[in-house]
Formats: sequence, C-alpha cells, structure tokens
Amino acid sequence: MNLVESRITIIITYALLGIAAFTALFPIALMLLNSLKTTPEIALSPLGMPEVPYWNNYVNAWKGANFTRTFFNSGVLMFMTIALVLSTGSLTAYVLARKKIKSWKIVTVYLLATTTAPIQLFLFPLYFGFAKLGLINNIFAVSIVYCAIFSPFSIMLLRTYFLAVPKELEEAALVDGATSWQVFSKVYLPLVWPGLLTVSLIVGLYTWNEFLIATTFLQGPESRTAVVSYFLLSGQYSRDWGDLMAGAMLVSAPIVILFIFLQRRFIEGITGGSIKG
Amino acid sequence: MSIIFLPALLTVVLAFYRWDGISDPTFIGFGNFEKLWGDRIFWKALKNNIIWTALFLTFPIAIGLIAASLLMLVRRGRTFFQVVYFLPMIIATVITARIWQGMIYNPQSGIVAMLNRYGYDVRDPLSQTSTALYGVAVADLWHWWGFMAVIFFAAMRQVSQEQIESARIEGANYFQLMRWVMIPAIMPTIALMMVMTVIWSFLVFDFIFIMTQGGPAFTSEVLSTMAYRKAFYELGVGYAAATALVISLFGLTAAFFYIRLQNREEAE
Repeated sequence: MNLVESRITIIITYALLGIAAFTALFPIALMLLNSLKTTPEIALSPLGMPEVPYWNNYVNAWKGANFTRTFFNSGVLMFMTIALVLSTGSLTAYVLARKKIKSWKIVTVYLLATTTAPIQLFLFPLYFGFAKLGLINNIFAVSIVYCAIFSPFSIMLLRTYFLAVPKELEEAALVDGATSWQVFSKVYLPLVWPGLLTVSLIVGLYTWNEFLIATTFLQGPESRTAVVSYFLLSGQYSRDWGDLMAGAMLVSAPIVILFIFLQRRFIEGITGGSIKG
Repeated sequence: MSIIFLPALLTVVLAFYRWDGISDPTFIGFGNFEKLWGDRIFWKALKNNIIWTALFLTFPIAIGLIAASLLMLVRRGRTFFQVVYFLPMIIATVITARIWQGMIYNPQSGIVAMLNRYGYDVRDPLSQTSTALYGVAVADLWHWWGFMAVIFFAAMRQVSQEQIESARIEGANYFQLMRWVMIPAIMPTIALMMVMTVIWSFLVFDFIFIMTQGGPAFTSEVLSTMAYRKAFYELGVGYAAATALVISLFGLTAAFFYIRLQNREEAE
C-alpha cells in the first residue's frame, strides 16, 4: 500500500503502532528497571528509577541459580540439539526435496501429526522408560528428545531451501563424476547454509527456552538448564524481586542480543512454513 | 520417529490400565475414561481449554490483523516495529510469567500495588478464583499477539500491488480496502493460524503450570496441567494417559480440518 496517505492518517497510524510497541516493551522495561533496584525500592514503586544501580542483584541471582553450571548445561544441550537436528534434518530434507510427490504426502501427514500431538501424549511413557534406563538427568538423552520434537518443522523449512537449488547444478556435478555424498556436501550445503543458520537459530532459541521437558527430565542440580534453575530460584525466594528480575535479565540477554543482530533470520524462520508464498 | 511414535502408542495402551509408575499395571478397560467422565475437575479443565481457545481465536488474531494492516500503511520503521512486536515471543515463558507475577500483578510491589495506593481497587487476578485463568491468558496474550502481527504482515506484503492500487483508484478507504481486498487475500493464512490456535490452545501448559499450577481451587486448570499433575504428583499414569488422549483428540480434529483446508486449496 505504498500510496500517498494523508498526513493525519499517517500520524494516527504511527500513534497506534507506537502504543502497540509500548505495550510490548513495557514489561521488558519493568524487568530491566527493577533488576537494578533493592527490594524496598521496588516495593516503593515498580516504576521508579533506581537511586543508584544496585548490581548486587545480578551477583545474587548468578549464585542463587548456580548459573555457572546451568548456563553451561543449557549451552551444551543447545549445541548438541542443533548438531543433531542439522545432521539428520538436512539429509532428510535433501532426500525429500528430490523425491516424488507421493511419499512426500505421507511424510507431511506424519510431520503434521507430530507437531499437533501434545507432548503429554508421549511424555509419560518416555519418562518412565528413561527412568528405567537410567537416562534421567542425562543431557544427551534430552537432546535426542528435542531433536525428535524440532525435526519436523526443521525438515519442512530446510526442504524449501533445498527445492530452491536448481536441479541442473546437481546433474552437472553428476556428469562430472561426483558421488551422491559429494553432491550433497559440495553442491548443496554451500547453497543452503542460510537455511541451516535459520534452523540453528530457531532450534537454539526453543532449546534454550524450553520448560516442560527440561523440568521433567533434568531435575538434578548438576544437570538443570538455566531456565529450570531460574524457575526453582523464583519458587524458593519468591519475595526478592530484584534478584529475580536480574536473573531474568541474565537468562534472556543472550537470546535477545542474538535476536536483535539476526532478527531477519529469526522472523523468517519462525514465520516460515505458516505462509504460502 | 521412535522417540515420539512408540511412546505415543504406549500412551494409548496405558490409557486402559491403572498404573502408578512403579508396580505392574492392571488392565481396567474403559475405567479411566469412565472416571474422567465423572471427574468434576476434568470438566472444569475442558471448559477452561474451550474458553482459552475462544480467547486466542479472537484477541491475538484481531490485534495481529490490525497491527499488520497499520504496518502496511507506513514506510519507515517497519522493521523496527516488527522487531519490537516480536521481542516478547523470544523471551522464555518462565521469565514472562515472573515479570507479570512480580512486576504487574503483585499486590505488594507490582503495578497492582501502585494502583491500590492511588485508590483503585484492583486485586491480583491470579489469586481470585473468578479471574485466575484470565490473568494467565493476558500474560500469554502479551507474548503472543506480535507473532500473529508479523505473520499477517508477511502475508499482506504478498498481496498483489495491482489489486491494491485498483481498489485505491476506485476510491476505497482503509476499511473498505481491508474488508474487500486484504482480508480475503490472506484468508488462507488466517485460516491456518486459526486451526493452529485451536491445536495450541488445547496444548497450553507452560504459562498455567508456572503462574498458577491450575489453582486457586482448580479454577485455572486445563487438561495438560491436569494430566501432568496426575502422572507426576498423584501417580495416576494411566489416568493421565487417558487425559492426554482426550487432548490429542481435539488436536487431531483440528489437524483433520487443516488437511481438508489444504486439499481444497490445492484443488482450486
């Protein structure tokens, strides 16, 4: 709608968009502001500015939620999940992109069924099965569960990237005597890397933020993720909101910084698949 | 595949057993389902899921459509607004929940406390039986509508420029343009989002589990929190499996409509 609008329309539009932006940012601003205040200051008013930035909240939150350990756990879990999803997902997507429509239909239905099935449907047997096998508190086992959950959408997304590669390239490489593996690794991978990056970002985001599975399978203090540890911290000392907001800042900071730098990829990845282009 | 498919099958089997997770399961046929039928909390949870679905079918979709259409009107700042609207979506649920609980709803130190001091009689919605569900829904809504806005905006940008321009030349104003051009053009996306909303609404777990645990007095209980509580706190794994099956039933019905929708589109 890049047509000239009247001045008034534009002003009203910006005002409304501004109100919406304020609504989105207000709770985040509260988190930032109150993470720097002492508890009495917060009780006085959640909107007041801190007299002096009280950085101690961050120290307390870091120690209270054992972030040295739990950030490490979250990071390991994230990288393992990304590696698993990328290695299995890109191969599957490659095969699916170059196969006939018939099998694609069945796979789509399966992928759809897994995205619509509630986690609870497989959570209980999985939990008791894992418990029997001694896999509770095992970060690697959980990354496999994540891989199973995040794969469907990753495959769907990656497939579109593989489809965009012209078939002639593959044919040319085959004529030159390349093996299937060489075609995949030398021809396709360099061309679909934006897709791989997008998928890594989304899977990383979901893994970092995931709660239900992490809280069920990783209960031990040594294997908790940052989010679960934050959840337990806020259950323990639910009165010290300064510490809690500082902890919230710490857990969200890596994600938010990454999001701001790579927002286009994030938005493309999360909205991708929901829109038919 | 085996991570999801096998346990899912097991859940179906378990739904017909009584099992505490430790001793041997006993087959009880439809016993779990009969028990569900007579369970007051089950009906309460189901009703809450339906309320939740209704809330999320209307508010985020309406706000998302309005925001997206406003973004279409402006030239500068599109990326900025999109990023801002999307920001709540990437923050972990636990954190969003704690911000709302501590900074807004908290009657000692939140915005609610501040309003009380100015003489407005507002209470912490999470502590009231009549408002707990809505209190959680508002926090979830806050983090959710931006996602809808970004999706609808992306869809609207694909509407052909010619169609818009010809409507403009014929003198259509903003509302007419929305009603007769934009909304019909992005209807497939809206329909898809509505189907997904139904599915997601029956799966909702995190926000409720973290903010109220289904309380006070089960007034904000939904099927997924009920199943979780039964399985892990009350050792009724078979009963929980039966509840999970009921959730899946709603999800599958919605998925069925989704596939029909897609087939119809492909036929066109």
